[in-house]
Amino acid sequence: MDYKVKLTDEQKAILEGSKGETLAKVMESLVRYGELFGATEMVPISSKYNHLVTSFGLKALGPVYELMDKLLEAGAPSGQKFTVDPKPLDKNVPSNFAQDVVFKFFMYSRQKDYEKQLADLGLLSDNAFTCTCYMDEVGNKPGFGEVLSWSESSAVVYANSVLGARCNRNSGIIDLMGSVIGYVPKFGLLTDEGRKADWIVEIKTTKKPEAQLLGSAIGMKVMEDIPYVVGLDKWLGTELNEEACTYLKDFGAATASNGAVGLYHIDKLTPEAAKSGKKLIKKDAKTYVIDDAELERVYREYPVIWKNKDAAPKLCFMGCPHMSLQQLKDWTEKVEEGLAKSGEKKVTVPTVFTAAPDVLEAFGKTPYAERLKATGVITSYICPLMYMNNPLSEKMPVITSSNKLRTYTSARFYTDDEIAEQITQKKGGK
Amino acid sequence: MKSFQGRVVAPGRVSAEALVSHGGLNTLASFQKALQFGDKKATCGDQNNPDLYGKQMAGKALCLPQTIGSTTGGLVLYCACSMGRQPAAMLFSNPIDSLAAAGAVLADVWLDAPEAKMPVIDSLGDEFLEYVKDGMNIIVQEDGKVIVSDPF
Repeated sequence: MDYKVKLTDEQKAILEGSKGETLAKVMESLVRYGELFGATEMVPISSKYNHLVTSFGLKALGPVYELMDKLLEAGAPSGQKFTVDPKPLDKNVPSNFAQDVVFKFFMYSRQKDYEKQLADLGLLSDNAFTCTCYMDEVGNKPGFGEVLSWSESSAVVYANSVLGARCNRNSGIIDLMGSVIGYVPKFGLLTDEGRKADWIVEIKTTKKPEAQLLGSAIGMKVMEDIPYVVGLDKWLGTELNEEACTYLKDFGAATASNGAVGLYHIDKLTPEAAKSGKKLIKKDAKTYVIDDAELERVYREYPVIWKNKDAAPKLCFMGCPHMSLQQLKDWTEKVEEGLAKSGEKKVTVPTVFTAAPDVLEAFGKTPYAERLKATGVITSYICPLMYMNNPLSEKMPVITSSNKLRTYTSARFYTDDEIAEQITQKKGGK
Repeated sequence: MKSFQGRVVAPGRVSAEALVSHGGLNTLASFQKALQFGDKKATCGDQNNPDLYGKQMAGKALCLPQTIGSTTGGLVLYCACSMGRQPAAMLFSNPIDSLAAAGAVLADVWLDAPEAKMPVIDSLGDEFLEYVKDGMNIIVQEDGKVIVSDPF
């Protein structure tokens, strides 16, 4: 078959089977994938590490593990070490006997085998399970302009937007195939033209917009397009400090899960916007104005699928995507303040804060860890989404301020302040 | 009856009943429960998609603008095909997105069984999605032509 993607002699030879049938199919998959988007060539991956989305040994994904076995049999481990999304199970997270049976025997029955596959393919370390691999404590943080073969929508949008790396919204399997071959097709977010904004989003709120709510509103409006956000520097400043990066982590995850955003620019803040400014906006860009009323409209329109909409919450998940070290510290103070106000000693809704294993280790070395423990909050490395996929979890009234978790599960969204109030209020309060 | 010309992403010829999503299809949210718990009809589990929620997707000609959401989307589609729970065809009004494209290509390259095949056509245009309604009869041709007619 003739392809429009320009291939080097080496790439052509792989496609024609010089390294065996399996690698020929890997190359064919990537070339055909690129062809659909007008890729011009296959370019080398330049990041040190990859990041994969598939972290769970889900019985239903059997065909994926068989495909990975084929790669291993063909002697094709990943050319890069990689991090991977969070583990789906953690015994520290509250669950009842029936939930555990479903988790272990019906859902994640292949977890142990799959983790072995990941290790064989090139998993960076036993601690490499997190959706926020770009945290300093984890160390998978690509540099400006580096070409990636990542997946995980929240990590891709962060790498593109906040770090200025170049990565398309790759699917699981395609992510790994890039590492196996060492090349990715050049199209879309790998090109200068493909990083220009289709939308101008004007922020006209009277207070700092909730990151997860703002991201959701923008994601649902622009879908897969690129927004250039103006007016957010009023609330975030013009320096990519820890507070701004944490905000953008949560904002981006919401744009990517409530829509399909792979890159956003924040005027005067994110690296490409700081460098090129409004030159990044396409001439025919559309405009979306966000004020308090618009955010309120978006929030009120979220469906609540709890059977009893007035049910008292049985669990609270914070950290989808995983929390940063600063977030864990800030929330420790927030929970303490709430408890001081209500007069309770411990949180009145079982609450789980999730973060990367390396971030949790770093947090454990700070005085905040004991303080948070004293409030009754549990910390975990789990993927809340994977917990909520259990049909028995789905029936529980779970609350969160994660818009990604809301989108994929029955968890009910509340703002950060509402969550803080709910988990610390007096027992029997509402 | 009306016909629309699109681009062939994964080739094939099929006739099936239309199922229409006017919003983006969140692949993970739509398929995960069906794949996890052996639902052969692949009932859509995405609470945020009022067009599809609770409806059978397997064996239908799924008409949509694009897919959205988690980057597991491609491998979820690949698994649906491998397990024979995929739509009869996926017909996109827009140019295909990267996640759906990955699923379509992976299934076409790596799965040989005839029951795993899923023709995929994109760029059918906005008019296609405005015209087609649930239950209409759809014929997908090898060259990317899609014929839509009232139910028999």
